[in-house]
Amino acid sequence: MTTTTPTTVARKPLDWRRVALHAGCLAALLVMLYPLAWLLATSVKPADEVIASLNLLPGKLEWSNYETALDGVNDVSVTRLLTNSLLIAGGAVIGNVISCSLAAYAFARLRFRFRGPLFAFMIATIMLPHHAVLIPQYIIFNQLGMVNTYWPLILPKFLATEAFFVFLIVQFMRGLPRELEEAARIDGCGPFRSFFSVILPLTRPALITTAIFTFIWTWNDFFTQLIYLFSPEKFTLTLALRSFVDASSTSAFGPMFAMSVIALLPIVLFFLAFQRFLVEGMANSGIKG
Amino acid sequence: MTTTQTQAAVRGPKAEVPQKPVRRRREGAAWVFLSPWVLGACVLTLLPMAVSLYLSFTDYDLFNAPNWVGLRNYTQMFTEDPRYWRSVGATLTYVVIAVPLQLALALVVALALKGMKRGRAFYRSAFYAPSLLGASMSIALVWRAIFNDGGTVDNLFGTGGWVNKPGWALFAVALLTVWQFGAPMVIFLAGLQQIPGELYEAAEVDGASRWRQFLSITVPMLSPVIFFNLVLQTIQAFQVFTPAFAVSAGKGGPADSTLFYTLYLYDRGFVASHMGYASAMAWVLLIAIGAVTAVLFRTSRSWVFYASEGDR
Repeated sequence: MTTTTPTTVARKPLDWRRVALHAGCLAALLVMLYPLAWLLATSVKPADEVIASLNLLPGKLEWSNYETALDGVNDVSVTRLLTNSLLIAGGAVIGNVISCSLAAYAFARLRFRFRGPLFAFMIATIMLPHHAVLIPQYIIFNQLGMVNTYWPLILPKFLATEAFFVFLIVQFMRGLPRELEEAARIDGCGPFRSFFSVILPLTRPALITTAIFTFIWTWNDFFTQLIYLFSPEKFTLTLALRSFVDASSTSAFGPMFAMSVIALLPIVLFFLAFQRFLVEGMANSGIKG
Repeated sequence: MTTTQTQAAVRGPKAEVPQKPVRRRREGAAWVFLSPWVLGACVLTLLPMAVSLYLSFTDYDLFNAPNWVGLRNYTQMFTEDPRYWRSVGATLTYVVIAVPLQLALALVVALALKGMKRGRAFYRSAFYAPSLLGASMSIALVWRAIFNDGGTVDNLFGTGGWVNKPGWALFAVALLTVWQFGAPMVIFLAGLQQIPGELYEAAEVDGASRWRQFLSITVPMLSPVIFFNLVLQTIQAFQVFTPAFAVSAGKGGPADSTLFYTLYLYDRGFVASHMGYASAMAWVLLIAIGAVTAVLFRTSRSWVFYASEGDR
């Protein structure tokens, strides 16, 4: 449906198809961003404006919602909750990056017995429902006296249990030219030297993708934290928000959503800073697979 | 993650004739690199699976030693527990509604963005953002408020709050999944960009309509990616927990309509401490997901087309 009469040779005709496409995308975007706009607006609304008002813009800005939120829940301040969340997510990131890159290097580059079956098994564990192993894992950690500590949340990441990232890094390493290691081998590098000095620096994009996804998924995780942590001072932001779940009164809406904004902020910042890695990482997971 | 990938990996690189001593040293090195993964796979995956299989035949409650009860957990689950079947029903309804809607939307948006020259990167990122935020408790709470009595949806359509109506609450949760269509959309878009342009040019020359091109080029060429997304999203949908927990305050209500399988498993295992029963539930889930995946793989032979199999 392109218009047929261009006014000048140099100037392209107005492409109505494209205009409609952009209009459609923008409209879809607005609908999709509505929940986020609603969240931001509600976090600064006074209690009496929250309900029965379609108007997103608050009549007056109620910053005290954030002051209440900063006080935290159950006498635990938001700073503490934020630190706890960061501690768990940070530990998970370090664990995943180290353990998954080690395993990935073996699968991508080294030859060993049972490599084929083990690789197939690793792929199969990507699809394994988390809940199938959850209860015995809980029992094991319970026996070890680690329930209500951060160990059950961090330790598994140091053992490459998130096979998705092993797979992601394997795919990336397979794309690196083999000549690099051949050259390193001729120069007398063993597998360890060539991993640390040749392969690892080149794998940085995949490691960054792994780090960011691990951070975001751990940050958002609720189920595992819910079963392992029960002392309020060990709670994360996600678990603290949970205590609002039972509160149905709308008077708590302002502080509750102020805290929700605080909890989402790190993810939004990560997304804005690393969106290229995230989108590319997600795209590659499907294509090269 | 597709079959070709796995097969390729199983075959491994062929053209390599290493010298014996080097090979042996490398073999040892490989196990050093693999050791964390091997430990994790044994202690945190295989052992737990075996343990939970054993526990599923016991009355273990976390505090007392487990007693063997044979198949009682399973018979109770299948024949005497109406809540169990309601949780199965809720989960299946949710999967069947949410996954196709989400994938259809993802494909439509990917097709729209494919032909776009300017702004594609912007839209791609913007549409992708909910996939990262949507799994959070924050968004789940927003969802509950928007779909509650007096919330936005109630005000706009006058339907009342969805989360308090048995027949409706599930749709509110399903819409949250649809909202996160960005991740499969990004994968679709990458797949669309891999389809060689010559195919469309040739079809254009032959006078094929755009719809015809979509059916005869896009769908078959994209089918491995469609399959990948279908498997991945189905498996993830079976395991959804946070939004159902938030929407129903952890109870699965109203009238068990959002009592998803995982929510009921949590309730049996960690609230009621019936670890044996919950283990049995976990194994049924594992087998069910395995069966669904197997069926998807089986049917895939008739509709998934791998370009490398035939000649392009």
